[in-house]
Amino acid sequence: MSDMNKPNEQANSTSGETLSLNDDRRVKTLSPGALVVKRFFRNRLAVLGLVILAIMFLFSFVGGMISPYREDEQFYTYTYMEKEYVGVTRNEDFRYVSAEGADFGSAAQAQFLMAQMMGKTEFDYKDVTYGVAEEGKDFYSVSVDGSVIAIAYKDIVNAADNKEEPAFNVKYEALKLYTNDGTGSFTADGMELSLDEDGNILQGEEVLGYISRFVVQSKENGVVIPRDFKESLEQVLDAEGTEFAYTGEDGEEHNYTITYDASTKIWSVMQETETYVYSQYEAPSAKHPLGTDTNGMDMLTRLMYGGRVSLIIGFIVVVIECLLGVILGGLSGYFGKWVDNLIMRIVDIFYCIPSMPLIIILGAAMDGMRVDPKLRMLYLMLILGILGWPGIARLVRGQILSLREQEFMTATEACGIRVSRRIFKHLIPNVIPQLIVTCTMQLGSVMLTEATLSFLGLGVKFPFASWGNIINDVKNSYVLTNYWFIWIPAGVCLSLAVLGFNFVGDGLRDAFDPRMKR
Amino acid sequence: MRTYIIKRILLSVLILFSVTLIIYAVLRCLPASYVESMAMQLATAPGAKPYEEWIAQLNASYGLDKGIIAGYFTWLGDFARGNFGDSWKFTVPVIQKFHDVIWLSFVMSAISFTLQILIAIPLGIVAATKQYSRTDYVITAGALLGISLPPFFFATLLKLVFAVNLQWFDVSGLVGRTYAQLDSWGQFMDKAHHLILPIATLVITSIGPLMRYTRTNMLEVLNADYIRTARAKGLSEHTVVYKHAFRNTLVTLVTIIGGSLPGFFTGALITETLFSIPGIGFTSYQSMIIGDIPFTMFYMTFIAILTLASNLLTDILYAVVDPRVRIA
Repeated sequence: MSDMNKPNEQANSTSGETLSLNDDRRVKTLSPGALVVKRFFRNRLAVLGLVILAIMFLFSFVGGMISPYREDEQFYTYTYMEKEYVGVTRNEDFRYVSAEGADFGSAAQAQFLMAQMMGKTEFDYKDVTYGVAEEGKDFYSVSVDGSVIAIAYKDIVNAADNKEEPAFNVKYEALKLYTNDGTGSFTADGMELSLDEDGNILQGEEVLGYISRFVVQSKENGVVIPRDFKESLEQVLDAEGTEFAYTGEDGEEHNYTITYDASTKIWSVMQETETYVYSQYEAPSAKHPLGTDTNGMDMLTRLMYGGRVSLIIGFIVVVIECLLGVILGGLSGYFGKWVDNLIMRIVDIFYCIPSMPLIIILGAAMDGMRVDPKLRMLYLMLILGILGWPGIARLVRGQILSLREQEFMTATEACGIRVSRRIFKHLIPNVIPQLIVTCTMQLGSVMLTEATLSFLGLGVKFPFASWGNIINDVKNSYVLTNYWFIWIPAGVCLSLAVLGFNFVGDGLRDAFDPRMKR
Repeated sequence: MRTYIIKRILLSVLILFSVTLIIYAVLRCLPASYVESMAMQLATAPGAKPYEEWIAQLNASYGLDKGIIAGYFTWLGDFARGNFGDSWKFTVPVIQKFHDVIWLSFVMSAISFTLQILIAIPLGIVAATKQYSRTDYVITAGALLGISLPPFFFATLLKLVFAVNLQWFDVSGLVGRTYAQLDSWGQFMDKAHHLILPIATLVITSIGPLMRYTRTNMLEVLNADYIRTARAKGLSEHTVVYKHAFRNTLVTLVTIIGGSLPGFFTGALITETLFSIPGIGFTSYQSMIIGDIPFTMFYMTFIAILTLASNLLTDILYAVVDPRVRIA
């Protein structure tokens, strides 16, 4: 034999030496496993699927570690919101003040109003004759027997901040001046007072009160509107301006915009306030490549953790299915007879249970019980696993039924190998190729089921992310139309992962099939 | 054959019995049921009885005061006699509500299934005859993509593109805003228009399996010896593929198609819910979430019966279509 004579030749043969046509070394021999691998890698779709899956796994498991943010880290932002600060109305009704001790009730006020409208100078009410005198613009005094008992006015006399309400005579004298466009000094109740151009009533330098046609009401509880704010506001309103700035006591300048509602005759003064809120639906940026979600969490990070949850759930469910399926299917196939009959009837029953409705009902029930989200995830896996095993059991049983009759099993029996070893060492390994294919495809479909449930709000719950419950946000139609970055990436990831499993499963099926001659 | 069918039917009845028992037990075991929330609501009304009294009264009136087993047999007796009870959510007899919504689902399923057959079978044949070509890759990848697309995501995408951006369709619902003013033809067209997106979703997300099935079967047949013989005889490729190969694939295809006929009545739960199409899927979803036991029991039993029927039909058709198969 030439090989024996030249032991070194084997090393040389690979490099360049021509071999004769019938030389054995020309034939490359591959183990069955290597053949499967070779066939698998020839399938371009399968390789593509493998690449997709690798990317998805890296994205979900490594990505979560690299990401600078935590799964449930919330981001906040300052936003400017226009809040109504004060409402302003121009007083168009008469207001009445009566002198001390005098009585001028609402019935008398009504009588006055009629007299004023008709331009009368006196009116009778309850046997008393009241005299009406126009003292100024929209300012009337009502007198009985020559002494003034009440005044009616539209320009309102207000007390200054932290001051007492001005007395009747002060109001009377001040208004008399004000409504006749006068300024200067006047005396009332023995006090030397003066009225300046802005309608302030002064005692010396001290402001006692002011006169104004505008009623300014704060829209926020507990906010006192300072006098100088009102003053500058009035000036703007008189000039029909729509914007003004005011420097408050803290020295900061605030900007206000004024809007006028003609139907209610109210000026609304809007203040821009800075509010600290969740940074909701932030558009993609360098800081958040996919923006933020409804809770102000980084979308990309949520997506990574969501992938982790979806993939892990898929794997655990398939493991549960496999355990149940292989054990029950194996028992059924190997022992046959009544064992087979019993297990197959159980399989029939499980097959017949409408799984999706049942899972939805259980999900809704868990909603009702307010199950803890973590526990809920566990239940979900158990439910999916328990409802999914019959398919695998049927597959294993079918395979084992046909394998059981083959010669190598007779040989194991003849060799006296014990039953458990016969099943697990000789039968199950032969089922494994089929099992791997089914499990890969099953992974995809379990992920789809989980995502569907989470989408319906019945699967994985906040604070945990899953690809399904991320897409759940589109139930808000504003998100659907305006925030593509919330739900499209999650949907694409989910579809890609499932597609990857299906490509790989399909490729494996072809690769394991010995009839494929490629 | 007859004994086989009888045996299968008897077995199916047994299975159905177990399945309904399981479903009934699960439904009864659920806490926070419809009755409780109902009692809670009734008890808050002014001058109402306390919660405990309400719940006792409601439980009695709904037959929930019996044990699970006793309750089940009561339900079973009623069901067997055709008395399906009243829906709690819809407050009409279950059968009436079912009758109102089932035909819409049936029409949707029938249309989408017809479209699936029309698209999937030709594509499957083409893919098989040109195995490993670019066409084959595209078709196979397309079929797998259809299987992999989550229906809810795909439906939402369709909504975004065609309803929101292009505004060709309404986002959801079966009828438009002007439905009441339309004449009967207009109303029909309005409904048809609203069904386009749901049917598209159904077709695309469920076309995959049929396409792959056709391809696999076709490949199997094309590798058979008699096809080689046909080619060796010098028959044209067209005759070989459509006369010799396809006819043999039909055996399994007919079986599958026949087997999916009962499925026309199950409704498309997810798609109908997403598009708010009032078919059996959407209706049952609504009743399931609030724990409407009579309707849910009816729907689930109905689906279980359909599943059993389709399994039986598949097996029988298999024997009828393929003379090589003999059922003992």
